[in-house]
Amino acid sequence: MKLEKVIDFLSFILILVALYFAFIYAPVEKVMGPVQKIFYFHVASAWIAFFAFFVTFICSIFLLATNRYIFDDIASSSAGIGIIFCSIVLITGPIWAKPIWGTWWTWDPRLTTTLILWFIYVGYLMLRKFIDEEDKRAKFAAAVGIVGFIDVPIVFLSIRWWRTIHPNVLQKGGGGLHPDMITSLIVSVIAFTFLYLMLMNKNLKIKALERKILTIENE
Amino acid sequence: MKKYFKTIYHIFEKDILLELKSIEVINSMLIFSLLTVIVFSFIFEPGAEYKIDLVGGILWMAIVFAGILGLNKSMMSEVNGGNLNALLLAPVDKSAIFFGKVLSNFIFLIFMEIVTIPVFTIFYNVNIFKHTLLSIPVFILGTYGFSVLGTLFSIISVKSRTREVMLPILLLPLMIPIILAAIQSINIFIKGDTISDADRWIRLIAAFDLIFTFVVYAIFDYIVEE
Repeated sequence: MKLEKVIDFLSFILILVALYFAFIYAPVEKVMGPVQKIFYFHVASAWIAFFAFFVTFICSIFLLATNRYIFDDIASSSAGIGIIFCSIVLITGPIWAKPIWGTWWTWDPRLTTTLILWFIYVGYLMLRKFIDEEDKRAKFAAAVGIVGFIDVPIVFLSIRWWRTIHPNVLQKGGGGLHPDMITSLIVSVIAFTFLYLMLMNKNLKIKALERKILTIENE
Repeated sequence: MKKYFKTIYHIFEKDILLELKSIEVINSMLIFSLLTVIVFSFIFEPGAEYKIDLVGGILWMAIVFAGILGLNKSMMSEVNGGNLNALLLAPVDKSAIFFGKVLSNFIFLIFMEIVTIPVFTIFYNVNIFKHTLLSIPVFILGTYGFSVLGTLFSIISVKSRTREVMLPILLLPLMIPIILAAIQSINIFIKGDTISDADRWIRLIAAFDLIFTFVVYAIFDYIVEE
């Protein structure tokens, strides 16, 4: 079997396993009840989103350094996948927050940074749509990919400063997870990572085909 | 090194001469910022007490929106007639051309602020210099940061099909640290709270300026090379 098929198969199986772990294996949280189950997918999506944007950042640097379009393909695919998972984070978060915090949204540093991250990469993808020349598109998008990623820690820092000046309404009571919950979370994260790899693979294939069509058309 | 600064200066000189002839950029920015200041005044009742919490934000929103307008306009004049491409073909450091544009955009913005701030002071009846002169570095540092990122993204967005829309979409999320820090420190100065509280905000703007100056300097040559 080719590696690609193996990844496809593994991600399918692993997602099923992750569903089992999240819904059946992990105990129901005493206070929050079933709504806590969203946690496994929320955290895994957040991990994939940040990881995907990090890949975009690294590949943007490589693109500028080497001028090879494969890095542009990886960077743009990764940003696209990152946006999807970032959206999942931003949707599942409020669904959990409404019953637990009593509000859909709060301007907590982590929430705010995630939303801003989403906007930065939506801008990145929009820019790609609106530049026709391939060479310019790759380089300009790389600039946004690099500058955007560097901005995120600064945003995080600044809004944390802001929130410590004002009283913090919602303190996160962290930790204290049941060991079975931790196991489920790890399984979920691994499953999502394979899902990312699979999506990346498909995306790169599509990009390669697109390039092929383009060269045939130009001939 | 000397040649580098000379290039920056020549680009700056060119922009200033062009601007002195037409006064298009500064004029449009100025009218826009003044209008923003006035339109935002409808947020609150005349003489309302809580306005003092909002005015810093209003002033910076006026600067940011007018700045985006000015950046678009200033970069359009470079693109018309292929001027930007010609500049980038010149046998000089490409980042020097970039920083020349940053410098001229910075000066245009500062000029716009010099007119807007007194008018703002009169209309809103708040004095941002009453308790301290530290507001001046906030404006200078904030405007510089805005010019660096703004010039970079205006060069990028001007090449896209939806140039007017693309600039704010790219720029605003990335500008959040500066906008936030500038508003927070100006608010502290207006209210006359403990001045040292503004310290970290000013440091944040300075750090932001440094990081992005360095990053853009490092990557700019690679972005525009043909």
